[in-house]
Amino acid sequence: MRTLFLAFFIIFPISFIGSLAQENSVNSMFPNVPKAIGNPHPEGNEYWRINHPDLLRHDRDKVLREGERKIDASIKQCVTCHAVFDEDSKPVKADSEEFFCSTCHKFAAVKIDCFSCHSSDPDINFLKEALTQDNPNSGVPISQLEMMRAYLLEKAK
Amino acid sequence: MQRIKYSELRSTKKLWSLVVLLAGFVAAAGATVLYIEHYGHIVTGMNNQIVWGVPHIFAIFLIVAASGALNVSSIGSVFGKQAYKPTARVSSLLAMALLMGGLAVLVLDLGRPDRLLIAMTQYNFKSIFAWNVLLYTGFLGIVAIYLYAQMARGVHVFALKTAGLVAFLWRLALTTGTGSIFGWLVARQGYDAAIMAPMFIAMSFSFGLAMFILVMIGTCTMTRRIYSPELRTRQARLLGIFVAVVLYFTAVQHLSNMYVSEHQEFEKFILLNGGIYTAVFWIGHVLLGSIIPLVLLFHPKLDRKRYLVILAAFLVVLGGFSQLYVIIIGGQAFPLEIFPGYEVSSSFSDGVINSYTPSILELILGFGGVALALLVTVLGMKFLRILPVNLSDDNVEPSALQ
Amino acid sequence: MFEKKIKGADFHRREFLKKGAALASVTLASGVTLMALSQGAAASANPDIRWGLLIDANKCPSDCSACISACSNEHGWENTGLDTDPQWIRKVTLKDKNTGHETSLPLMCQHCEKPPCVDVCPTGASFKRADGIVLVDRHICIGCRYCMMACPFKARSFVHEKIEGQKTSSPRGKGTVEGCNMCVHRLDAGEGTTACTQACETSGNGAMIFGDLNDSNSEISLALANYPSVELRDDLRLNLGVRYKNI
Repeated sequence: MRTLFLAFFIIFPISFIGSLAQENSVNSMFPNVPKAIGNPHPEGNEYWRINHPDLLRHDRDKVLREGERKIDASIKQCVTCHAVFDEDSKPVKADSEEFFCSTCHKFAAVKIDCFSCHSSDPDINFLKEALTQDNPNSGVPISQLEMMRAYLLEKAK
Repeated sequence: MQRIKYSELRSTKKLWSLVVLLAGFVAAAGATVLYIEHYGHIVTGMNNQIVWGVPHIFAIFLIVAASGALNVSSIGSVFGKQAYKPTARVSSLLAMALLMGGLAVLVLDLGRPDRLLIAMTQYNFKSIFAWNVLLYTGFLGIVAIYLYAQMARGVHVFALKTAGLVAFLWRLALTTGTGSIFGWLVARQGYDAAIMAPMFIAMSFSFGLAMFILVMIGTCTMTRRIYSPELRTRQARLLGIFVAVVLYFTAVQHLSNMYVSEHQEFEKFILLNGGIYTAVFWIGHVLLGSIIPLVLLFHPKLDRKRYLVILAAFLVVLGGFSQLYVIIIGGQAFPLEIFPGYEVSSSFSDGVINSYTPSILELILGFGGVALALLVTVLGMKFLRILPVNLSDDNVEPSALQ
Repeated sequence: MFEKKIKGADFHRREFLKKGAALASVTLASGVTLMALSQGAAASANPDIRWGLLIDANKCPSDCSACISACSNEHGWENTGLDTDPQWIRKVTLKDKNTGHETSLPLMCQHCEKPPCVDVCPTGASFKRADGIVLVDRHICIGCRYCMMACPFKARSFVHEKIEGQKTSSPRGKGTVEGCNMCVHRLDAGEGTTACTQACETSGNGAMIFGDLNDSNSEISLALANYPSVELRDDLRLNLGVRYKNI
């Protein structure tokens, strides 16, 4: 009984605090969200993390019902900049854990429905544009960039 | 004449075996739904030509019967027939249970049942389907209030009568809405008829009372409680009247449709050369579902025999399924007349009679709905004071039993 | 002082010329802008436009299905002959029962002005856009298939199985209903035509004309004004966006 007490109230808090005080300030339980290419969202990542459900829903009605496509809200653009390529140089599919949306959504256990209908493959035109916008400090691994360029070349045939 | 007493069903092994059996059917239907949702409707027999199939037959039967099952309560409260009042609680419970079963089948057959919340919050009020969503859910609420008024002590008679009247009017609206699902479709020759709405009201009277009689006889037999033979006979004769009314509406529907010369091909299909649809119409709906029950229920000696009443009620239910099969499937099997005067062929089954083979999954789903309705009824009777204990001939209001 | 004081009539004339020039330039500018929009930039659903299609059955050979293949490729669906396969557009062969004359034509969603499918959809997923295109909002489609029961032309298909490899411009998924959307992604991008019409032109048959029914100078309006055409099931008075010639 005393041993259990010891374990619970001393060892557990220490290990927990220890996990917080790591080299990178990110808690090791937080998902590893892949970096994106192209210009970053001007509103910032926090804004997008909080508001993307409402933005997606609002924009889809604007596009579908009003035909308003000039608002830069195509889901094609989202999956293009946020594309992740796997070892076979193919874009990762939406049901994989490495897909951009899935990294957080599987962590949060919130099922997303978008890609049962929408294609999760990067769009060629947007990919071309995004690669020219690439910021060398964005943190996207070189291997990913190379695979994207190869993908573009292959699709251009 | 004693006061009618109600009590919960006793906890017997027979009761719990029945509950387990029904729950098993419901679980099987649940598993079927998960299977269909995962693989898509390709695993069912429905396709792009026959879009509504066996699940819809079951669902519409249960919903129509639900509204009719409330009749017995209404005859008691709204029309003041004292003899029916002891069975009013069963009637209300059964109405809610049948509707739950029907809705379950209907909703679980949707292509996207996960979007039910959208169906309940976003409405296109030009669609009778949207109105039906409100009518069906409202029905459950209203009948629950009505049942409470029937069961609670100290409820003023006026409140009870008002609840009964609201429930009665609501169910007329609900059944009109259900019939209008088909009646308001201009595209197909088998639908597009204003008579569908009143015909469905007549069908609800008939199917609902048949289900009510079967459930009453079934539960009373199982629990060894008395179901007054006089009352039972009275209700059986009423069922006979309703069956006759349905037959009348069916006759008028087909006769009117035959008069429209552009619909004659369709009528010939259903009544003469449609193969299974003709067989189901004449044998299932007319003979087994209407004529034989009429003989059984109006015959001066036969309608007193309990097993013949059971048979008649069962045949009415069978006739109901047959009628809905002809309406729902038959209406879709006949090809759309897009180019009158031409023989049409295409890669999308234009100009041909569409065939439909239901898969076992759809039948499991349908029966699961029936099982759910019966399960709710049995559990309701187990935990609430619904079923009368001493409903003998002596205790039924005599003036109503002439 | 460089200017004389402007006298009455001169003043008014000058003002009129100024205002007139301003008005003319504004009108011209908006006209130029509209032309630019319709030619290249994305256009939103314009209620002044009504997209329509005119099909000449005489120019449609029975062995040609270019429009079907084009639509298939554009939107990523395929009909392999199963009753559960989608078919957004199909070739129909007609044989007159009395005369024996045969003809063929493509049949797709007729984009009615008063669509029965829109009336019956419980959630409002089946809707008519401001420019006349009848679409399914697959985000809120619950897959009840009531619109398929209601359509006089059997224009819609239900997706019976999981779909993979969708075209990026044509999202489609299991459990929802779909049909011809007049290549709305092309129209919104300013291309002004549909895949089927384009394929028909390329094939050399030229049986299909697509355009704005509200523009009296468009090719389709001129064709409709000069030659007789019919709507299918005109007894239903749905005022269709698709019309046929020579049937």
